Amino acid sequence: MSNTISLIFFIIGVVFDLFGCIGLIRLPDVYNRLQSATKSVTLGTCSILFGLFIKFGFSAIGIKALVAIPLLFLASTVAAHALVRGSYKYGIKLWDKTVIDDYKDVQK
Amino acid sequence: MIINLLLYILIGLSFFCFFRVVFGPSIADRMVAIDIFGILVVGICGLLILITGRLFLIDIAIAWILVSFIGTLTLAKYLTGKKLDE
Repeated sequence: MSNTISLIFFIIGVVFDLFGCIGLIRLPDVYNRLQSATKSVTLGTCSILFGLFIKFGFSAIGIKALVAIPLLFLASTVAAHALVRGSYKYGIKLWDKTVIDDYKDVQK
Repeated sequence: MIINLLLYILIGLSFFCFFRVVFGPSIADRMVAIDIFGILVVGICGLLILITGRLFLIDIAIAWILVSFIGTLTLAKYLTGKKLDE
C-alpha cells in the first residue's frame, strides 16, 4: 500500500520537474524562466522527498527526507529572490513584450 | 521498473539545464540553470536510494541543497556589483 502511494508521489514530482524544465527551455526571458523553473522544480523535488518519507516511514532516512523538505523550500526561494534582484541591478533587459515593471518605480 | 524510467527522465531533464548553461544569452540564465540543476540532483539522489539501496545518499542530497544555496547567493552578490564581504 505504501509502495503505491509513494510511487504516485514520485510520478507527480517527476511531472512537475518536467514542466519546470520545459519552461526553462521555452520561456523568453530570464525572469520568466526563473519564475517557471524555481517554483515547479522545487515542488516536484519536495514531492519526491515526501514520497521517500512515505516509503520508509519513521526511520532514519524518512526523517532526513522530511527535514530536507523545509530546507529545500527556504533555500530555493531565497536563492531565487537574490538572483532576480541581482540580475535586475546588473541591468539585464526585460522581455520586449513585458507589460508592467513595478520594481523600477520602487527603486526611485 | 517505473523507478528506473523516472530516473532516466530526471537525467534527461538535467541535460535541458546543460543546454541552458551552454547557450544561455546572459550570465543570469546560466546561473538559473545551475540553480535548477542543483535542485534536480536532490531528486536524482532520492530516486537512486530506491534503486541502489544505499542509504547515505540522502546525506549527499541535504549537503547538495546547502552548497547550491551558498553558491547561488554568492553569484547573485557578484551580479549586484558589491564585494563579497559587504
